[in-house]
Amino acid sequence: MFDFLEGYDLLGAFWVTVQLTFWSALGSLLWGTLLAAMRVGPVPLMRGFASAYVGIVRNIPLTVIIVFTSLGLFQTLGISLGADRFTTINFRLAVLGLTAYTSAFVCEALRSGINTVPLGQVEAARALGLSFPQTLRLIVLPQAFRSVVGPLANVLIALTKNTTVAAAIGVAEAALLMREMIENEAQLILISAIFAFGFLCLTLPTGLLLGRLARKAAVKR
Amino acid sequence: MPVPEGPAPEGGDALVVLSRVDKHFGSLHVLRAVDLTVHRGEVVVVIGPSGSGKSTLCRAINRLETIDGGEIRFDGRPLPAEGRELARLRADVGMVFQSFDLFAHKTVLDNVTLGQIKVRGKDRKSAGARARELLGRVGVAAQADKYPAQLSGGQQQRVAIARALAMDPKVMLFDEPTSALDPEMINEVLEVMRHLARDGMTMVVVTHEMGFARSAAHQVVFMADGRIVEQAAPEDFFGNPRSDRARDFLSKILHH
Repeated sequence: MFDFLEGYDLLGAFWVTVQLTFWSALGSLLWGTLLAAMRVGPVPLMRGFASAYVGIVRNIPLTVIIVFTSLGLFQTLGISLGADRFTTINFRLAVLGLTAYTSAFVCEALRSGINTVPLGQVEAARALGLSFPQTLRLIVLPQAFRSVVGPLANVLIALTKNTTVAAAIGVAEAALLMREMIENEAQLILISAIFAFGFLCLTLPTGLLLGRLARKAAVKR
Repeated sequence: MPVPEGPAPEGGDALVVLSRVDKHFGSLHVLRAVDLTVHRGEVVVVIGPSGSGKSTLCRAINRLETIDGGEIRFDGRPLPAEGRELARLRADVGMVFQSFDLFAHKTVLDNVTLGQIKVRGKDRKSAGARARELLGRVGVAAQADKYPAQLSGGQQQRVAIARALAMDPKVMLFDEPTSALDPEMINEVLEVMRHLARDGMTMVVVTHEMGFARSAAHQVVFMADGRIVEQAAPEDFFGNPRSDRARDFLSKILHH
């Protein structure tokens, strides 16, 4: 029944999906945190930049962003992100696009977490003589992160599924292989089911694990 | 009449000087031309009805509230407006809040070492030793490895006092330190504060605890409607208040 699978590197394709997810998650966590810091910071220029960034990027379809990285950044501006093989270039462009997009959502999740930290925590930190960046890094963000593990898990699950958009610029991840297999084999439903199952295997444990972490990390007041 | 303990501060040099300080919250005039001088080693207790501006006054001294007019000088220099200078000032001014505000995600010990390490640049070991010494002094040494939420209100407030003391402040500000406490815990906090006063710490205390004002204050400042209405030694103020406003206030809180 499953002989049509022969000749296709299913695991390899999902491995690329995992890598895309991992690097984009890491990137958007960093960039999203920085954006959130800018949004709550005292510098008007940074606040304006971060809120404009989130407002714009969050409202552009991911496909447009991913296609732009390839057509705009690479083919027009010649930005290849330090790679010379096409597969590597496309992979890195996809990570860049996914990071740019997802960090807007990370920023918003984190900002709602920052809003749960009582003002008194900030005043106590400032009263000790901690600077604004220290207050953010040592007091506010650690508590904010703990309260948004759940929402961040949602963002991570969405990101895992969004990596399929990278197929649009030819990154050999799961969705690209699925399209190829559907074209070549007469097993439309079965193939779709296999790939759906593959994504469930990635996202369900993520959700369960982070759900447990969310309960453990919650700050008791 | 209980006599204030500790050295009389008369003639000591001025540490905190407020001159003609004004502050508005929108249309509300919360501080009206307030003049106040706190000398080194002096304990000033600020009392008055709710909304009289006493908390704002206290918070203005380390610039948690900005002021609209007048000047505040600390240790001979005007309060810096912002940045590194302001952070340095705040490190020298200990503050204890009504709602304790211990860092909820850090252990009691980490609460007391944080400022020493990150602001004073001490190493972890000596900061820890100093923290344990202070926690012992306020009677919560056994709770060092717990989280704030596991402690009673009185214990939390004593940790907050230790956290402020760990910075070796020149003055301690107390903003209604016992107002959020259950009655049976108020005394354990006041006792710690009495000890501090006896050891010569300069203190500005906003409180409703008249017993503390009588026994520990060198000066009582009575505020109403954003003004300092009366300022006197506690035995004079409680024994013979000069203003109607103070007499009215005292009659309401002392006879019930």
